[in-house]
Amino acid sequence: MSNLRSQEGPYFGEFGGRFVPESLIAALDELEATYNAAKADPTFAHELSELHRTYTGRPSIVTEAKRFAEHAGDVRIFLKREDLNHTGSHKINNVLGQALLAKRMGKTRIIAETGAGQHGVASATAAALFGLECVVYMGEVDTQRQALNVARMELLGARVVPVTTGSRTLKDAINEALRDWVANVDSTHYLLGTVAGPHPFPTMVRDFHSVIGIEARQQMLNEFGFLPTALAACVGGGSNAIGLFHAFLDDEEVRIFGFEAAGEGMDTDKHAATLNYGRPGVLHGAKSYMLQDADGQTSESHSISAGLDYPGVGPEHAWLKDLGRAQYMGISDAEAMSALRLLSRTEGIIPAIETAHALAGALKLGKILSAGSSILVNLSGRGDKDMETAAKYFGLLDSDGQKGSNNAK
Amino acid sequence: MPSKTSLRLKQNKESGKGSLIGYFPAGYPSLDESVEAAIAMCQNGVDVLELGVPYSDPVMDGLVIQEATNQALTSGFRLSQTFEAVAKITAAVDTPVLVMTYWNPVLSYGVEKFAKDLKAAGGAGLITPDLIPDEASDWLKVSDELDLDRVFLAAPTSSPERVKNACDLSRGFVYAVSTMGITGARDTVDNLAKQVVSAIRTASPTQNTAVGIGISTADQVVEVNTYADGAIVGSAFVKAYQAGGLDALTKKVQEVSAGLRK
Repeated sequence: MSNLRSQEGPYFGEFGGRFVPESLIAALDELEATYNAAKADPTFAHELSELHRTYTGRPSIVTEAKRFAEHAGDVRIFLKREDLNHTGSHKINNVLGQALLAKRMGKTRIIAETGAGQHGVASATAAALFGLECVVYMGEVDTQRQALNVARMELLGARVVPVTTGSRTLKDAINEALRDWVANVDSTHYLLGTVAGPHPFPTMVRDFHSVIGIEARQQMLNEFGFLPTALAACVGGGSNAIGLFHAFLDDEEVRIFGFEAAGEGMDTDKHAATLNYGRPGVLHGAKSYMLQDADGQTSESHSISAGLDYPGVGPEHAWLKDLGRAQYMGISDAEAMSALRLLSRTEGIIPAIETAHALAGALKLGKILSAGSSILVNLSGRGDKDMETAAKYFGLLDSDGQKGSNNAK
Repeated sequence: MPSKTSLRLKQNKESGKGSLIGYFPAGYPSLDESVEAAIAMCQNGVDVLELGVPYSDPVMDGLVIQEATNQALTSGFRLSQTFEAVAKITAAVDTPVLVMTYWNPVLSYGVEKFAKDLKAAGGAGLITPDLIPDEASDWLKVSDELDLDRVFLAAPTSSPERVKNACDLSRGFVYAVSTMGITGARDTVDNLAKQVVSAIRTASPTQNTAVGIGISTADQVVEVNTYADGAIVGSAFVKAYQAGGLDALTKKVQEVSAGLRK
């Protein structure tokens, strides 16, 4: 397995494809052609890297988390700081790339789905920067648990549409975005935020995020002189994870670990551990693992983290799992929240709850890997948006938002 | 063996009558009531029945059908009941019954098993809104073996090559998507419908085509039948049932098909 990096869609093994209504095929073809032309055009790469340098703030740094690592056993832990990007997460990498493509296609309107709000905020930001109209679909449940991000998107000039169908979370936001796209495909680009969906999205979104791993790999070599023993990233749809993993896929000595949301626990049915507990099926335009019942109806996922609360996963992850190149494990809400607090108190870095799953995973890996190992964690997002959830969870606020006294939890 | 659906459409076209294809979701509001509703539709003016399989993520459907199919799922609809419904409907009426289903339920059930059980129940074939011919190799094979209809879609944005492919690989008819959008009644049938039908005629002079999405009135059904082989009505029937049950649905079917029986 020395040539995994060169794999392109539409298929990753048996996964991927384009399981969408015929009405969308022309738009997918146009997007693929535009993307292929852009890839071959040096001005596109230059434009994107200049945006990353002068707007996103790339390259993002690598921070060694020494005090945090003391809690993980005899290992070193390194953080790839995507939380320091403009808008506070890795999502901007893909959004700027796709917004440039939208401009190339002459589209004046972008639509996006969002769970935690990070992708919605990034999309609204790019729309403001490029002068595009922006509509963000967000499950009603998520608009409530991520109210601050709704305000951010609106301040940036986007319209946020709360989705009230189905389970009212990320999966239903994607359904609504697809319905909008079918009706408005002439003027509109669907700026899909993860490595799921129909071809060319999984390949294209991966490529835009692959800068994470490309930078981190070089930074490890330049600044520390070695490649990490293991990679750790959280996996919902899988965009930040594939962004970190991709550059290392052919480094056989580097072990790769993805951490899914185990919600209330792997022994309950309230989780979002698609690769652990799902089976192959078709959801949102691609074949991959998904959470589904015996009849092929999509099951509802559960996670304290809105960004991981998704019953599907990108097809490349399904392929890497079946190949055995990457391993995927579950992290419960409680484990994630504990890691969130630990990183805050040992390193002065408050991570997003999504990211906290990767950090909890790193703590687990510390017990599995041999002494002296090193773990590179994708610190995919910062926790500002999660302060209300975290404050309530730890009893720092009363339910009415006032300062509380109980932080014993 | 020639497709019964195709024969029905061609006979109606030749007699100058035209055809009405009617959609109703299985399991809504209950399995028995959906069977009763479907039979009533076939007895009151529907020439080909499109029986919908409720699905958790119906991206081609508007609110009316979403609400009905969601209610069916909430009330405990199981996929295998699709075959039970098809068997009961085909036992009562001679109307071809096509099952309209998103792809994951079929994939989950097993493509071959689904096709065999559908055949055994007397079903005519499948309409697959999120399965394009490019991804359909398993279904192409088994539907050939079992002589089942397979209805692919042609959209206003489909290239001539894709329209040709849909014509070549469909059996029964090609579903001409009238407009860029999802299911639900609209005041006028989009002019794009004529263009899609024309592209289908160009690609294949012999293939049937029926126009769907946005059709809800008798006048629209008559008009569409002047250039296509059939008109597909869905949301308007579901809405009638939601408002007034079986009686309202029966009246709506009679009303919408009235222009074809003159």
